Amino acid sequence: MISIPPELIRIVVGMIAVMAFVALNVLILVYAERKGAGHIQRRPGPYEVGPHGVLQPLADAGKLMGKQLLTPKSADPILYWVAPILAFLPVLLLFVPMPFGPILTVQDVNLGLLLILAFAGLNVLATLLAGWSQNNKFGLLGAARAVSQSVAYEIPLLLSVLCIAFQYGSLNLSTLVEAQGSWPWQWNILCQPLAFLIFLVSAFAETNRAPFDLPEAESELTAGFHTEYSGMGFGLFFMAEYANMVVVSGVCTALFLGGWKGPVFDGVWWFLIKVYALLALIIWVRWTYPRVRFDQLLNINWKWLLPLATANLLATVFLMKVF
Amino acid sequence: MRYEEMGLTEGDFYSRNFEKGARDDTLILNLGPQHPATHGVLRIIVEMDGEYVIRAEPVIGYLHRMHEKMAEGRQIYQYIPNMGRVDYGHALGWNWALVGAVERLAGFEVPERAEYIRVITTELNRITSHLLWWGAFTLDLGAITPIMYAFDDREQLLDILQIATGSRLTHSSLRIGGVCADINDRFIEACKAFIPHFRARLPMYRDLVTGNIILRKRLEGVGVFDADLLRRYGASGPVVRGSGIAYDIRKAEKLSVYDRFDWSVAVRSEGDSMARYLVRMDEMEQSLNIVEQALDSLPAGKVMMPKAPKVTWAVPKGESYFAFEGARGKVGIHLVSDGGKNPYKIKLRSPCFSNLSLFAEAAQGTLLADALAILGSLDLVIPEIDR
Repeated sequence: MISIPPELIRIVVGMIAVMAFVALNVLILVYAERKGAGHIQRRPGPYEVGPHGVLQPLADAGKLMGKQLLTPKSADPILYWVAPILAFLPVLLLFVPMPFGPILTVQDVNLGLLLILAFAGLNVLATLLAGWSQNNKFGLLGAARAVSQSVAYEIPLLLSVLCIAFQYGSLNLSTLVEAQGSWPWQWNILCQPLAFLIFLVSAFAETNRAPFDLPEAESELTAGFHTEYSGMGFGLFFMAEYANMVVVSGVCTALFLGGWKGPVFDGVWWFLIKVYALLALIIWVRWTYPRVRFDQLLNINWKWLLPLATANLLATVFLMKVF
Repeated sequence: MRYEEMGLTEGDFYSRNFEKGARDDTLILNLGPQHPATHGVLRIIVEMDGEYVIRAEPVIGYLHRMHEKMAEGRQIYQYIPNMGRVDYGHALGWNWALVGAVERLAGFEVPERAEYIRVITTELNRITSHLLWWGAFTLDLGAITPIMYAFDDREQLLDILQIATGSRLTHSSLRIGGVCADINDRFIEACKAFIPHFRARLPMYRDLVTGNIILRKRLEGVGVFDADLLRRYGASGPVVRGSGIAYDIRKAEKLSVYDRFDWSVAVRSEGDSMARYLVRMDEMEQSLNIVEQALDSLPAGKVMMPKAPKVTWAVPKGESYFAFEGARGKVGIHLVSDGGKNPYKIKLRSPCFSNLSLFAEAAQGTLLADALAILGSLDLVIPEIDR
């Protein structure tokens, strides 16, 4: 009789649960995005498939899966198909240290924050591969934009996260959540408002969401880095985008909004409420604002966010030393 | 030339003959004819250095339908519906240019009521045209929602115009010597209800879209045209009025009954994309003013001149030129008749053609996103360019 270590069982069960969670959330978000967009634009949104169109994401998924997987003649076939997988798979790992609830974490990783930031960085590689391997000029321009954008915005993102990590001397997300209280005035957003804002702006840019959706700027680059992808090749990028949105909202919730802690009853519901509120904000912003220009995007980062984040970090360190 | 022998297997005539600049590290990008920002079938070949446009060359002719040649094969009254197909945005402006040219040549007097109806419907059509542009332009800039609001208002206007002209998009209700039908009370009531509704909507557009910091940063100082550039290319319409040239044919040539109303030509002096944007927004308000006053002072009478031309009527021998201020600029029709049944030649002067011509020069050295913002600010309707 070989005994299976309980740690392994926990990880396997956790990963399966995470996959289910991600897939479910992608479906919910696709529906929420289209319905939200519909109501913002004063139209009903999807309405035909199922009551109020709730089955529309399933119909979309079925359509995407049924499509032929086309590889362009001039594309590099291996890299071309590695890219969408590389875009989606690391996202699942990002959920491993995510503190859903007091005990509801796949694996309490000591360096959880580092793990998330490291694997989130792989996303850039996937976008670059996708844009480069399809041998399409629009794709190439999109990939070039994606890389310079992601690399630039990762720095203020890291600096704002470091503020919280320094403050509590930990990179474990669960510890960081526990350090915050149940009431809104005990959350980190109050003592680190600037870091929260910088994190939020950088998160928009990191997930390539409007107004920073330049890698796939429709009116300029048709579809940017995923121009040539069809069927599930496109579907995986699509899922990765939504999963990434859930991840940044989750990290933002854990770091700044008290995670699973909330008034009256602590628990996983508070985490989910905050995550969905942030996701609603992301969707709302997308359907309201125009897109910024590329040089403006980089100017916002290098001239505003980076100096502000650095100053914020220095101030945090200074205050910690003094008090 | 046998391109295959030269080792060229890709591209077509235009991309093969697009002369690359002196540098060899540039990228040649083909925008269109199916590209979201080129509104139809315009094609632009761009030579790029990274994100910067070194040279942009429009390739036109994908929607060439020989409208000028068609005129030679039919009687003049049969040609009126063609005008709505030349520019689907501002069909009545083109209608008016055609019937105006014929009336000028034949020396017809149009009844006063018909002139008023022409003014009302044409100005309403101008608003639908600007609304369509507004939605499409903000779409170019990445804002997806305004077009839905624009279409909401536009739909209401199209319904109103349908009462008067019988069609929603390709209006052809103007006739030689009048208009095809009188307007009824339902039309007047709908118009009077729409004007305050739309006046209430414009501040919302101003607050939500025009005042948006991202939109302003995208447009201010982008694509500054000076008067010299505009004159060299023969640009007209809101494009020149955005650069401080107060040239509006309705005022300059005292067309029709326009001088009876209290309205002003919308002019901005900055010359950038934002100025052109604001000129069009102001023009919508001015058009509303004109429609409101015209409805209030609508004279009674017939809508067709007595002894209006019948089917067998032939345009008298001679030449005439009539220009009208379309939503996009100076719509000109040069009519030459040899006294036969069909016109000898009709030349259509398309404002978009001239406005597009300056794009190649204006886009040099801009970012790709700026170049597309400039292209959008010209308000191009491709069938009008190709005719």
